[in-house]
Amino acid sequence: MHEVSYQGEIRLTRYLDDAGNPLADMPAWACGETPWVGYYQQMVLARQFDTRAISLQRTGQLGTYASLLGAEAIDVVCASLMQAEDVLVPYYRNHAMQMIRGTPMAQLLLYWGGDERGSAAPEMHRDLPNAVPIATQCLHACGVATALKLRNEHQAVLTMIGDGGTSKGDFLEAINVAGAWQLPVVFIINNNQWAISVPRSKQCIAPTLAQKALGAGIRGEQVDGNDAVALHDVVGQALERARAGKGPTLIEALSYRLSDHTTADDATRYRPADELKAAWTRDPVARLRNWLHRQALWDEVREQSWLAEARQLVEAAITVYQATPPQGVDELYNHLYAECPAELAEQREQAQTRQQRRQQGGADHE
Amino acid sequence: MNNHAITLLEAVNLALARALEDDSDVVLMGEDIGANGGVFRATDGLQARFGERRVIDTPLAETMIAGLSVGLSTQGIRTVAEIQFMGFIFPALEHLIAHAARMRNRTRGRLSCPMVLRAPFGGGIHAPEHHSESTEALLAHIPGLRVVIPSSPVRAYGLLLAAIRCDDPVIFLEPKRIYRASKTLVEDDGNALPLDTCFTLREGRDITLISWGAMIQETLAAAHRLEQEDDILCEVIDVATLNPIDHATLIASVKKTGRCVIIHEAPHHGGLGAEISATLCEQVLTSLQAPPRRVTGDDTIMPYYRNEQLYLPDVDDIIMAVKETMEYSG
Repeated sequence: MHEVSYQGEIRLTRYLDDAGNPLADMPAWACGETPWVGYYQQMVLARQFDTRAISLQRTGQLGTYASLLGAEAIDVVCASLMQAEDVLVPYYRNHAMQMIRGTPMAQLLLYWGGDERGSAAPEMHRDLPNAVPIATQCLHACGVATALKLRNEHQAVLTMIGDGGTSKGDFLEAINVAGAWQLPVVFIINNNQWAISVPRSKQCIAPTLAQKALGAGIRGEQVDGNDAVALHDVVGQALERARAGKGPTLIEALSYRLSDHTTADDATRYRPADELKAAWTRDPVARLRNWLHRQALWDEVREQSWLAEARQLVEAAITVYQATPPQGVDELYNHLYAECPAELAEQREQAQTRQQRRQQGGADHE
Repeated sequence: MNNHAITLLEAVNLALARALEDDSDVVLMGEDIGANGGVFRATDGLQARFGERRVIDTPLAETMIAGLSVGLSTQGIRTVAEIQFMGFIFPALEHLIAHAARMRNRTRGRLSCPMVLRAPFGGGIHAPEHHSESTEALLAHIPGLRVVIPSSPVRAYGLLLAAIRCDDPVIFLEPKRIYRASKTLVEDDGNALPLDTCFTLREGRDITLISWGAMIQETLAAAHRLEQEDDILCEVIDVATLNPIDHATLIASVKKTGRCVIIHEAPHHGGLGAEISATLCEQVLTSLQAPPRRVTGDDTIMPYYRNEQLYLPDVDDIIMAVKETMEYSG
């Protein structure tokens, strides 16, 4: 004899079709100017930043850069729904989230431009820096959430990971402990279908990544990651549950990486061109614009005016980035320990001499 | 119970209790550390005394323990996490190296990781495979990580308090062979010892013996016998903090004695003895009357327990190395 011990289901939330038409009657909260016009403007700004960062890299003015093309809705909606006291634990593609949380664009360019000072962020919040190793940030988010819980702070932690990252132990250990300890964390999977050259189909045989939540005993669901309205609904509720002490949520946001993995990658080597072409028909930016057009909340005049403004904001940041004087080599030594150990202080002095010598192009007389 | 003779293990417990008592932001975390009090009993009684919110049993996942510690400590929670045996620390390395060690630098000083990762290490207790290694050099190689090893109950108490109060991440390795080796008086006065200095345990004129952890026992015993039997006066220095190392104390001592032997349980190749030896050669070559000598474990896998005594350096090994160094004539 058998009985069913457990049965789970994963729901997918969508409000708008690929063209930005409502899939059903839209709820009242989904209509009107706020927050949708603001979301749209941020998404356009994020795309403008991304476009220019790539062109800076292509012309040798920026290091390797990880594009967020196609993830604008996910980044913008998640960051916009967070309260100042919530904590963001980002990964390396979350440029728009960091911008919305207060990191100046020039700062992000400094970081990707290989300048130590790019690691600075506003003192006002306690967000973590973006994590470059895969999936480690999920555990840090759980640690931050444990701290909030220990201090009886009713805030949420939000972290993001790619589809490839969900194959790592850190991710599974994180959702497991988040469930066991009922931590106030929202895990977002930006399932953009590609982990560098490995497609989603080769990453995991499970039909959804959200169902990994079932193994950890936490809530898991899918959302259309190109649909700002659906994201607003699903992520907003998850953040509220976290703040209310109702535990963690795993949200798989279905999107598409419209770019290469990074500027060091060439996706034409492994990705069918027609797949990319089809993905552009689901572009999150165009979809929201169409929905706003449909409601007469946006038009071509506003579009051109905002595009000009966004360009101006990004160019101003690039000017600041490019006008930043070179960093001193001491930047490497000053923040390693709370107090610089004697031996390291000696190395710092030697490095400063080395830097001066090399700048003067002189011979080695250290 | 303020002044009483206790073991190194009890001193660890005493320091943890003191830290929990003094600072409400201190939290302990690890596998089996709660009701069970840790597999060695280092956290015995602490959960009953301070509650489940501050002495936290975790799921069985070392990566998770390290990752949580990173997240917690960025928010100012001084997390003292236990890895049950050093042989199981490897899943934690990514978080230690890629995040804890870099957090201050990665945020230009905005956030840091004031966390301690405790782990018993070393051989000599007839433990199963993977329970007896000494891989301190792996960790001491990482910029930004402090690596601290006590060698007595007094230093276990004082250094652990210092590690917990330190604003940098500290790996605190406990020499489990001497967890219960002897009892000494430890004053529970809440005073920490410095993390930026070696400890000179015995002054001597003829030769400097440099060691840490459990090997300090054999080193002191050798120094005692060399004085009694051969009138060789050894200076014995416990390095205690293996990163950053207080080279100045070692250099000053070897300048005085002109000779040194470095003793550690870890393998010879790439061990910290090599780092110390190289630094001495660079800094005090003209004061040296003999090459710095190393007495270490061999470059093999830590043997199963029937062979472990053969692997571990003993008092005679140290005495022989000292005598050869004393007799060295170029």
